[in-house]
Amino acid sequence: MPLDERSVGIVAVQTQHFDRPLALASGRTLDQYDLVYETYGELNSDRSNAVLICHALSGHHHAAGYHHADDHRAGWWNEYIGPGKPIDSDHFFIVSVNNIGGCHGSTGPKSINPDTGRAWQRDFPLLRCRDWVDSQLELMKVLGIEQWAAIVGGSLGGMQAMRWALEYPDKLRNCIVIASALKLTAQNIAFNEVARQAISSDPHFHDGYYLDHGTIPKNGLRLARMVGHITYLSEDGMGKKFGRELKSGSFTLGRNEDVEFQIESYLRHQGEVFSTSFDANTYILMTKALDYFDLAREYGDDPVAAFQHASCNFLVLSFTTDWRFAPERSQEIVAALVAAKKSVSYGEIEASFGHDAFLIPNQRYEQLFGAYMQRIAAEFKEGVSNAL
Amino acid sequence: MRFDLQFISNWVKPNSRILDLGCGNGDLLQTLNSDLGAQGIGIEIDAEHITSCVAKGVNVLEQDLNNGLGNFQDNSFDVVIMAHSLQTLSAPHLVIDEMLRIGTQCIVTFPNFGHWRCRLHLSLQGRMPVSKFMPHHWFDTPNIHFCTVSDFEALCREKGITIIDSAVVDNNASQGFLGKLLPNLFGVTAVYHMSR
Repeated sequence: MPLDERSVGIVAVQTQHFDRPLALASGRTLDQYDLVYETYGELNSDRSNAVLICHALSGHHHAAGYHHADDHRAGWWNEYIGPGKPIDSDHFFIVSVNNIGGCHGSTGPKSINPDTGRAWQRDFPLLRCRDWVDSQLELMKVLGIEQWAAIVGGSLGGMQAMRWALEYPDKLRNCIVIASALKLTAQNIAFNEVARQAISSDPHFHDGYYLDHGTIPKNGLRLARMVGHITYLSEDGMGKKFGRELKSGSFTLGRNEDVEFQIESYLRHQGEVFSTSFDANTYILMTKALDYFDLAREYGDDPVAAFQHASCNFLVLSFTTDWRFAPERSQEIVAALVAAKKSVSYGEIEASFGHDAFLIPNQRYEQLFGAYMQRIAAEFKEGVSNAL
Repeated sequence: MRFDLQFISNWVKPNSRILDLGCGNGDLLQTLNSDLGAQGIGIEIDAEHITSCVAKGVNVLEQDLNNGLGNFQDNSFDVVIMAHSLQTLSAPHLVIDEMLRIGTQCIVTFPNFGHWRCRLHLSLQGRMPVSKFMPHHWFDTPNIHFCTVSDFEALCREKGITIIDSAVVDNNASQGFLGKLLPNLFGVTAVYHMSR
């Protein structure tokens, strides 16, 4: 663990078991389930400083800090959560949860189905964004939080944050939607389908029952992740980061040798890491939840009508080179919020790292995001001093 | 507060829904929000200004006015304000059309290029005026569409725009006798309150 004053330090994973059945959007029910989560910072006396972090496709509960002293890999949003960072753990009580259907501890396809005594695998119920929101609400009750100061999410996480704002408008004061969309474009669904096909066509997939066969569709997962990574970066960002640099070999004339470009090495590495740490059924489940998400579908396909149900303030952020969740998608969210007469601010951050930019240090992003969060902190501090 | 902004405060009715094009650091909207209970949204492209707005709790959208305002619905605001941005736009006449489509009323302020100092500078020195209020050289100025009070009123007539009220103010932030008599000659900053 690197020495870092702006780190939340060593964090503990917590598990909450729920016995009350969760009714899912699919019509099925999860009779019991676990949610694993982490928290950073302290809940204040009037419980007004809680922030919920919603994770994206391949994310999980470990958003910040380290798990032990020798841990070299910080949480996935460590750059933005911690003392003095935009989501400041000196001010906020931050809750980061692994969604159901995930593969990092919360109940998902790898968990045992109590009805059969075997792992769920592909029989795990299909999930929608609202199912995650509903399960997060149950955790909120357990933690004794009545209203979130903010719900924050990037990408698929932003979709959960928006769903919260419509489903439980009195449960949050601020909704921060980063690099997200009202719904996926056809191109976006297409990329997800390529990833799913890569997985399901792997002979080790066994129609989703690979755990029964003692195998893992590693090649499929690897390919799925490689395709994903290409779309999360921009052409420009990839050029800047890797260019045509070689990892090994050369183009020397008269030599018959293979070369490996840095970008190839990077994608192989990312694919390899992912294929050994992520569950294939979870990946399929999560990408389908992404594809099926359409914020305004049940409101006559009218996002303005949808946002009429919200009562919180919104901050929407996008990144200039993000083509997977392009600025235009965020602008659609903003236009609907303005038309619905909601309180909204919008920033379009200049960044070269495509969709991944929401995770990467960026001065302007930190300043704008930080300014908004400080404003929220100032409000609940005023609230406390007024109450005294 | 900048003196042209005082006129704006006077013309805005309490609890109005306001869109401020080129809202800068959000000072005007903050005043209108707190003093008049307005619900304001600013449009801005400067990153530091945007952060300033957010820091003071003023809603702001990052958007380039030169790319249009098609994302705003007809009649969705009570007042659309544009203070000192008109002369920086690539198509000011089209933005005015858009302002009147989006808002019931509009308020526009701009530096008057017809002021006697500009005229004198140009006629005596034969060069583009550079002053405290127009500090840029012709080749690197953001002000690409300067106009005079008369030019602006001619455009309003051509478009059939109703001028509800107008004023010019001088360097001392006051609306002097000369400015009332001959606004195009003695006004430094022009302020127009308009509707369709």
